[in-house]
Amino acid sequence: MDSVASILLELGAVIIGLGILSALAGRFGISPIPLYLLAGLAFGIGGVAPLKATEGFIEVGSEIGVVLLLFTLGLEYTVSELFGTMRKGAPMGLLDLVLNATPGVAIGLLLGWGPVAATVLGGVTFVTSSGVTAKVLSDLQWLGNRETPTVLSILVMEDLAMAIYLPIVTTVLASLALAQASLGLAIAVVAVAAALLIAAKFGGVVERFLHSPSNEILVLKVLGLVLLVAGLAEHAHVSAAVGAFLVGITLSGELAQSARELLEPVKDIFAAIFFVFFGLQTNPETLPPVLGVAALLAVVGIATKLITGLLAARRAGVGTVGAWRAGALLIPRGEFSIVIAGFAVSAGVNSRLGPLVAAYVLILVVAGPLITRVVEPMAKGWVRRKARRARARAAA
Amino acid sequence: MDVERTALPGIGLRYEFGTERERRLGVVTHRSGRRELIIYDPDDPDSTSECVVLSGEEANVLAELLGGARIVERLAELERQADGLVSRQVRIHTDSPYDNKTLGDTKARTRTGASIVAVVRHGEVLASPRPDFRFEAGDIIVVIGTEDGVGAVEGLLAAG
Repeated sequence: MDSVASILLELGAVIIGLGILSALAGRFGISPIPLYLLAGLAFGIGGVAPLKATEGFIEVGSEIGVVLLLFTLGLEYTVSELFGTMRKGAPMGLLDLVLNATPGVAIGLLLGWGPVAATVLGGVTFVTSSGVTAKVLSDLQWLGNRETPTVLSILVMEDLAMAIYLPIVTTVLASLALAQASLGLAIAVVAVAAALLIAAKFGGVVERFLHSPSNEILVLKVLGLVLLVAGLAEHAHVSAAVGAFLVGITLSGELAQSARELLEPVKDIFAAIFFVFFGLQTNPETLPPVLGVAALLAVVGIATKLITGLLAARRAGVGTVGAWRAGALLIPRGEFSIVIAGFAVSAGVNSRLGPLVAAYVLILVVAGPLITRVVEPMAKGWVRRKARRARARAAA
Repeated sequence: MDVERTALPGIGLRYEFGTERERRLGVVTHRSGRRELIIYDPDDPDSTSECVVLSGEEANVLAELLGGARIVERLAELERQADGLVSRQVRIHTDSPYDNKTLGDTKARTRTGASIVAVVRHGEVLASPRPDFRFEAGDIIVVIGTEDGVGAVEGLLAAG
């Protein structure tokens, strides 16, 4: 078979397979991410039917997927929201970081994988999947609940923390000399500040350049700009993902809305390819040995996020039921954890790291939304029982 | 009355308030134009008990049903307060000469003595429109003045 035919056939089969998996996930009301990962496992090294012809495309596609994932995330936020959240949410963001990054760092060190792997694992256990959580919030119609702004502000703080954390990881993974690494970090900090400034003061200039009544022109300009900035950022060791995130933040208003609508389908395709690619790189045979550690880490990860949510919600004056909901909402780990681990895998850090993170995310991306569904009735029941006991005591 | 406004980063805004009869209501406005009408659990003010998702158009209809009547009530009150003053709501039709013209273009106050005090557009009340305010077909113009003045504005907006 000639190569064009086999590339098209393989790619078509992969994409249609992902479509079917996504439909399946929708039927059961779960995130499609775990199914994409499993599909990747099945078609990768040591899987049932390894892909050959399209490997190159899928690798590049997964890079574009990360860039678009982060770009659309940045589009969600406006600069004033970010500043507002930073002022109020900083203490809770710090607590979230300390509580949730520690288990990852600890396990990395305990397993003797060294400080680089520990830094990566800290990021993996720290960051909640804002995509999954936002989906759960709107599926369960919880946007009106008292704790929702608290949960969202923690997500914003995490996403901002990523803008600093990803360049750190990129420089650490590139094992650059200290001077070069600090230069990279300095560039990252300057870039973040510059992007926020541009967005706050000169957003109009960028928007005038991009603005166009034609969807075709708009989509080409926006996609081109995102890829350019991402490439520049990667070149400066700031990480392409952060560059894309910053472009997303810079755009706001109507332009952000139309960019989101236009690029959403493109993002969906490439993000799916990204998750598959991560699965592809993981040999299914390496999963069982790390399953125990992953399960342990997941249990700890559920506990630390529950504590974070409970404390943050309590601090915001939310009652017991709402506080439990907040904790449960923070549990899912997803795209970000995979993005971070993806960097480490392509940099060739410990070969067991990829499978560990894959198993960890598979557990929590499924368990998180399930826990959210049961936590409300459980908390309500508990509150009722407590009230009844209090009444009984008062009567006695 | 206090309406509490909360930013929902990445989603939009949430407005909520308590009613005299101790219920809490809220509206979530998404940037996409989607609206959610929220009714809180009377036993637990933190929790949503009812959430109705409205499209932009449905939200407009609801606003008109609630808001339109309120405006009329408020105007009736105003008329009672000032004898001889009349208010009327005039709709800008598609064939009106002032469709897509500004308020200043009408020279309504100089020509009739009556004032255009508000415009209701898509169920939203825009109070004290400035001279550069541009009318659109479908706008409802609230005019205040003497009976004759208001009638003159009505004629003006319909036929120029």
